[in-house]
Amino acid sequence: MLFSNILIYFVIIPLLMLGGFSLCRGEKAVRAVAITGSVLLLGLSIWVLCDYIALRRAGETAEMLFQGSWMWYEPLNIHLAVGVDGISIAMLLLSSIIVFAGSFASWKIDNIRHFFMWLLLLSTGVFGFFISIDLFTMFMFYEVALIPMYLLIGQWGTGRKEYSAMKLTLMLMGGSAFLMLSLIGIYYQAGLHSWNLLEIANNAHIDKSWQYFLFPMCFVGFGVLGAMFPFHTWSPDGHACAPTAVSMLHAGVLMKLGGYGCFRVAMFLMPEAANDLAWIFLILTGISVVYGAFSACVQTDLKYINAYSSVSHCGMVLFAILMINTTAMTGAIMQMLSHGLMTALFFAQIGMIYGRTHTRDIRLMGGLMQIMPFLGVGYVIAGMASLGLPGLSGFVAEMTIFVGSFEHADMFHRVFTIVATTSIVITAVYILRVVGKLLFGPVQDPHHRELTDATWWERTSVVTLIVCVAGIGCFPEFFEWLIRYTFNHDIFHAIPAAIQSVGI
Amino acid sequence: MSPVIPLLILVIPLAMFLFLGLCGHKMSHRWAGILGTTGMGVTMVLAYITAFTYFFSGDPSFIDADTHTRLQAILFNQDWLNFYDKLVIRLGFLLDPIAALLLVVITTISFMVHLYSNGYMRDHHGVWEKGFQRFYAFLSLFSFSMLGLVVATNIFQMYIFWELVGASSYLLIGFYYTKPSAVSASKKAFIVTRFADLGFLIGILILSYYTGSFDFTDFTSAPVGGPDSTVYRIDPATPSHILSVFQNSAAPIFMGGSVLTWALVLIFMGGMGKSAMMPLHIWLPDAMEGPTPVSALIHAATMVVAGVYLVARLFPLYLMEPVALDIVVVVGAITALYAAIVACTQIDIKRVLAFSTISQIAFMMVSLGVARPEFHEGLGYMAGMFHLFTHAMFKALLFLCAGALIHAIGSNDYTAMHGLRKYMPVTHITFLVGCLAIAGIIPFAGFFSKDEILTATGEYSTFWYIWMSAVAGLTAFYMFRLYYLIFWWKEHKVPEGHHTPHDQPWTMTLPLVILAAISCVAGFVPMGNLVTWNGVEEVTNPNFFTNLGNLNWGVASVSLAVAIVAIVIATIMYRKENPLPAKMKAALPHLWEWAHHRFYWDELYQFITHKIIFGCICKPIAWFDRHIVDGTMNGMAYVTNKISYAIRGFQSGRIQLYVLWYLIGAVVLAAVTMICVLC
Amino acid sequence: MDINILYYLIPSLFMFCCGLYGFITRRNMIAILISLELMLNSVDINFAAFNRFMYNDQLEGMFFSLFAIGLAAAETALAIAIIINVFRVSENIDVDDVVKMKN
Repeated sequence: MLFSNILIYFVIIPLLMLGGFSLCRGEKAVRAVAITGSVLLLGLSIWVLCDYIALRRAGETAEMLFQGSWMWYEPLNIHLAVGVDGISIAMLLLSSIIVFAGSFASWKIDNIRHFFMWLLLLSTGVFGFFISIDLFTMFMFYEVALIPMYLLIGQWGTGRKEYSAMKLTLMLMGGSAFLMLSLIGIYYQAGLHSWNLLEIANNAHIDKSWQYFLFPMCFVGFGVLGAMFPFHTWSPDGHACAPTAVSMLHAGVLMKLGGYGCFRVAMFLMPEAANDLAWIFLILTGISVVYGAFSACVQTDLKYINAYSSVSHCGMVLFAILMINTTAMTGAIMQMLSHGLMTALFFAQIGMIYGRTHTRDIRLMGGLMQIMPFLGVGYVIAGMASLGLPGLSGFVAEMTIFVGSFEHADMFHRVFTIVATTSIVITAVYILRVVGKLLFGPVQDPHHRELTDATWWERTSVVTLIVCVAGIGCFPEFFEWLIRYTFNHDIFHAIPAAIQSVGI
Repeated sequence: MSPVIPLLILVIPLAMFLFLGLCGHKMSHRWAGILGTTGMGVTMVLAYITAFTYFFSGDPSFIDADTHTRLQAILFNQDWLNFYDKLVIRLGFLLDPIAALLLVVITTISFMVHLYSNGYMRDHHGVWEKGFQRFYAFLSLFSFSMLGLVVATNIFQMYIFWELVGASSYLLIGFYYTKPSAVSASKKAFIVTRFADLGFLIGILILSYYTGSFDFTDFTSAPVGGPDSTVYRIDPATPSHILSVFQNSAAPIFMGGSVLTWALVLIFMGGMGKSAMMPLHIWLPDAMEGPTPVSALIHAATMVVAGVYLVARLFPLYLMEPVALDIVVVVGAITALYAAIVACTQIDIKRVLAFSTISQIAFMMVSLGVARPEFHEGLGYMAGMFHLFTHAMFKALLFLCAGALIHAIGSNDYTAMHGLRKYMPVTHITFLVGCLAIAGIIPFAGFFSKDEILTATGEYSTFWYIWMSAVAGLTAFYMFRLYYLIFWWKEHKVPEGHHTPHDQPWTMTLPLVILAAISCVAGFVPMGNLVTWNGVEEVTNPNFFTNLGNLNWGVASVSLAVAIVAIVIATIMYRKENPLPAKMKAALPHLWEWAHHRFYWDELYQFITHKIIFGCICKPIAWFDRHIVDGTMNGMAYVTNKISYAIRGFQSGRIQLYVLWYLIGAVVLAAVTMICVLC
Repeated sequence: MDINILYYLIPSLFMFCCGLYGFITRRNMIAILISLELMLNSVDINFAAFNRFMYNDQLEGMFFSLFAIGLAAAETALAIAIIINVFRVSENIDVDDVVKMKN
């Protein structure tokens, strides 16, 4: 019964891999298990995607497909309830791609067995979060995803790793405290004795005054993970100190938990408060977008640049979600996908470059394009995706967001959209600055001349991500369809008609 | 017309880019070059077929035979990204007079450049330039993007390809990526145009918000034969309908202009960036760091006229807001004069040509800006497009000649050249043809197009007519100054150990000869029959003059006289080594100094970007982030830490203390309870 | 003279306070143990007294006292054993000085 549901395997496979790792002796076996597992996960998510499309094409109109629910704790009616729609599938696909690429990127890491064990525990949490539709289990998986981060950064990190790991964990835990409160609030205020998202959305109406109280807590709780200003400072330090694969997973997937949660829980269950209080968070996220970009302009550490760039791009996600219209929200999900892939690409390559030069300071490097052309080209492509070159994913996502946000009937929202659009120029500034300093120009340090280009496993990781970034960029209609279908059928039943009419 | 040929026009360059980009490094240089050139050649032939079919086949979807009106035909239109309802980005192929014209221009120049680069990108010993295959891949990418831009069916498709040409320009300017100057030039070009594109994007957002559409045909045209038709004709009623949308929708008047004006001005800002209008021109002179064929293709003939093309594309919409067109005129005229003055003082031949390009594009802008239906049925529009066409030919020619010179001498500096006419006769003759064409000497191409621009300007305003005529005179002067300084002045001295400069291999001379030939005859193209703002063939309009017989001889003779006087002055000053230039420099020291430093625009930008944006915005924000935001978080951690140190005495591990505290607590609680109960 | 419950409770309270005072102030483990016993015994007296005066027909209080006395004996034995062991290790039975297991 439990095992007949396909989604549950997203949790079972990582857990089996954990078991596998504990039996492994030797690096090769660990790698074999890791690669097999990540390929399985990737295959599984593609399979779910195909199944989903087939069902939708066949006329299936349920909000969530592949639903399953198993009682977990009777007195509070907590279930392990799973189900996916287009958005969750997009996120599952993203996670499995990044786990796959991340496994290849951490081919040569110390103490590989334990590293992968923690990494897979983290992935379990991530996958579990995306498939859950029970608020409580969702929160539990969320916590499962956060904790291993502390150990991964603390043990395998670089630089001020203990400090960063502690800061990251504490800030995110602070966020989850808010989150826990608001989830309990939702549970009691909905009054259905149920934690199930869909049931609450469809059958309950949370009192508006309670919404005003719970929505900000929930949004901030998830917003911390989505690097919303001013709760973003864990991100630069955390990213800078994390090992490659962890940075990839963190920026690529974990930060998406924030955006996804904001949308799935905060906006979905409390739409009226979302509509009324959006302006506060629009200001904050608008600041995030511009502020992150400006901060990135003067950083000298490669990872700091990308961390601030993530603040800017993830700010865009939350910004678009708050617009509450289909186009902008579709753009937000696209931006999550796009940002996940391209940041993972960035961090993978930064890790590879750092592994060779042992520095991340752009002032100490230069002319790497001559020395490692593959990584150089990959970095340029990642940069171009980041600054929104058509044909790569960033453009599609940003334009959907801008067009969608600008369609909002309110002048305030449109003005803020224009403020957010300025980030495309600033992004170009810092990306080209890095690319120019790092890759072009004469070779700065003669020792770098002896460095080698990427190895086959690194190439696999980079090429996978580039193909995905270009795939979204060239054929956006498919993803657009996947996400839009969900919006058309999912969200607006929960949002009052008065809000729906805004700008749509 | 079947969509196969148009599709191939786009697909072949893209396929070339992907193939050469991915597999190029495994191929030999020679084959990569041949493959790239052949691909472009095929594309050129297909574009010619398309343009020929469009103009001359008489197909009812291309021309309305009764009213002699050329139509806009959408040959294919594929949904690419669906925002909602009508806001859909489509990738399509819109064929109309200007698109067909641009197809011809782009593929011709691109093919010439592809051919030329086979010779240019290797040194005298036949050693190929490093990254030769990459060069061809980028050229193909550029050609693809530019072709996609001109055939765009909607403004967002244009924006997409607009960004792509920007990126390919970035890659090509920075082709010699080990050279710091090339890297910073490419960065500058990208960022300046990106800044302009921000305006373009906001303009698109405003326009699409109020009109609910991206399609050009929705802005400017009405469908011919039913709403499902893919054939449209320019219809002034459509833009005026849009105007009424803007007026009725309670669109606010923002800072004294209607929202439509603002949208159009912002879109024009995008055009200013790409077309290097003041004050966004600063990237173009620096872009000359790229290989010379790239300068010929991108920074002289094709990409930089994208701004002109954009205004032309939305021209019926611009007509609705004459204020926007007036802005175009003012920006264009000022830029034209500025660039012409600066061009007189530059030493690097490519920079002279770059400023000349800016000045000539400004001519086109002015021409579009002064066009009104009531003046000769929008003569300015036709003249602008005509000049775009002729300028592409002769400016590409001049750049390719400059490339040949640089290749022969190994320097961009004309002081290293002087008196080359005997060594490089073919280059000399073709360069001279280019100079005569740009100076506007009959019967070379530039004469006709420039004359029509001046006529149109004269209709609009006498002041700007005199202004533009003066600029035309300056153009003749600085071009011939350049010509004499390169080919005459004094005898060429070959430095020790260098070989004598000589003409280049056939791959380089053939494009020069072809382009020179085109520059000689392009003026006789009956442009008025082909390209007009509303598609109406001018044969039916007796007021219109396109070729020799119909010239406005009054204007033509004045401009010819101005050009000849300017050339004579240049001849006197620069034909032989003499003290006149130095005297002139001494007579106008400040002007010379300012012009030589390009009126210090670069320094101004340097100041704004480094001192203001980096120094006053980015650094404080980064500081704020590290110290205030992060400091708050760290402060919270610090305070928590301190408090826990302060209260840890309670957890000493001494049972007796625990008991004492317990006792005190119990007593206090009891007392409180008692008080509560008693009171 | 009527012997009411106060005659039992007041000495018991006095004993308890003495025990508490001793428990908090004494540093010698044996003394602390004695104080503890004092408190326990005072509670035993209370049990017995309440049983006698309030629930005369039942014997739970008496039994509880007996039970507590037995437990106290066992506990004392255990405590003294620990104290002796502590003394063997550190030659000292002052609670402030026995800090070996701290930190």
